[in-house]
Amino acid sequence: MLWINDIIQGILIGGLYALFACGLSLMFGVMKVVNLAHGDLAVVGGYIAVGVIAVTHIPVLWSFVIVVPLMALLGYVLQRTVIQASLNRSILTTLLVTFGLSIVIENGLLQFINANSHSLGVGNAIITSSFSIGSQITIAYLLLLIFVVAVVVLLGLQYFLSASRYGRLIRAVADDREAAQLSGIDYRHVFGIAAAIAFGTVALGGIAYGMYSQFSPTTGTDTILLFAFAAVVIGGLGSLWGTLLGGVILGVAQTIGAQISSSDSLLAGYLVFLAVLVLRPQGLVARRAQS
Amino acid sequence: MPDRADRPEDGTPLLEVRDLTVHHGQLRALDRVSLRVFPGEVYAIIGANGAGKSTLLRTIAGLHQPTEGSILLDGKDVTRVRPERRATRGITMVPEGRRLFESLTVEENLQVGATYARKGPWTIERVYELFSWMRDRRGQRTAQLSGGEQQSVAIGRALVANPRVLLLDELSLGLAPVVVQRIYAMLPQILATGLTVLLVEQDVSQALRVASHLQCLLEGRTTLEGKPSDVTAEQVEAAYFGLRPAPAGERGEP
Repeated sequence: MLWINDIIQGILIGGLYALFACGLSLMFGVMKVVNLAHGDLAVVGGYIAVGVIAVTHIPVLWSFVIVVPLMALLGYVLQRTVIQASLNRSILTTLLVTFGLSIVIENGLLQFINANSHSLGVGNAIITSSFSIGSQITIAYLLLLIFVVAVVVLLGLQYFLSASRYGRLIRAVADDREAAQLSGIDYRHVFGIAAAIAFGTVALGGIAYGMYSQFSPTTGTDTILLFAFAAVVIGGLGSLWGTLLGGVILGVAQTIGAQISSSDSLLAGYLVFLAVLVLRPQGLVARRAQS
Repeated sequence: MPDRADRPEDGTPLLEVRDLTVHHGQLRALDRVSLRVFPGEVYAIIGANGAGKSTLLRTIAGLHQPTEGSILLDGKDVTRVRPERRATRGITMVPEGRRLFESLTVEENLQVGATYARKGPWTIERVYELFSWMRDRRGQRTAQLSGGEQQSVAIGRALVANPRVLLLDELSLGLAPVVVQRIYAMLPQILATGLTVLLVEQDVSQALRVASHLQCLLEGRTTLEGKPSDVTAEQVEAAYFGLRPAPAGERGEP
């Protein structure tokens, strides 16, 4: 029964990892940008939430109403300026630029806030309480909520991409941006919208992480970005549901690893990540055939 | 058959290219090429591989920046206008190799083409009328279509934008001659809606059949220009291969 509990915890935490990962996957899928600052942006989202809650006293669970649009706006602006400028040079330049962005964000946070850890909603009943099934399985409301949010976000994203006008444009631009230009589409604007979505989802991830655990300026690169990469690689690039599956497998591997020895938790996750890279480099859910 | 009436040389051309020079790195792909396309014309540019035909069309569409020269649409300079703005102003290109959005369905490809369309006669419905097979297969991904069908979708995607000038880049490339003829047979119906066509074609006989005006490029320079009825097969051959100076070339190199 203990194992079942671990697996359930792993599945639920996988929802959080999927929230980290889906924006990373989207930005790569649409504009071929590997955003090395992705994790730091989650942390920025978390810090903005801390600030917003301190100023407006909005309930922590509703902080996303302000944080997500702010981060989406930041995403659009960064994409249209710094990232687009790097894209015009080369793919490699985008790596250097997002790496630089990551360093700037981390050190900016250290400089202007501090190195202390922050968390969100300490003492909030929903965040700390849980319910039990039988004697062995205990499920935290927060983890369940995060998982549900992740599924809703992925469903929404899927619907947006397949059924909306802008979703269609995003897919068209991802396929062939020059052909899209010939149809009158400014792909830079479409890239901006994709980035806004990516930043919005990772901000949700940041808020969720702040409630679930705690973050400091370096959490973005030493935890969130790595988990996001692992989830994307395990699940398969370009597949939203693969991202959720990747997150879930990573989460389960970590909780089972922790059961073996608490220090092996992360190691177990990365071993699965490596195994997938070696045995099935295209990821578990391969992207739909291209031709 | 297209209208072979005399060109209204004194009127304003719908599309004008003046002394266009384009470089690909060190290579001079186009060397002071000029052309004037009048409303309702089918203007064909022929030439061998590497003559600069596609470069010319891509530069008119805005995908390349010229080193010198200018492009005017209806008398207004669009040389520095971005390609997507040119499309919404009425220059739409069917690119070489069709370049459909592969992960989108046939209908979605047309919808993308219609997103920023100008006002005009062409709708997705009208495209389905022109290519009758398309309606039944609108939910299919374009990768499942044959080359000729893909070319038709690419034409449809350009038509729904309601261009004033339709640029067609090597429609015949990689297609069986029968299929090519079937596609070109659609041209009169397209022209009937008031479009002007500027096309690039390696298949000279096909170009001669549909064109109301002809221009031949060789190594980035104009070697022959005129109405198909005014030029002889020998002149075209000479201009195409650069065998000897073409006597009928109005703007031929000295």
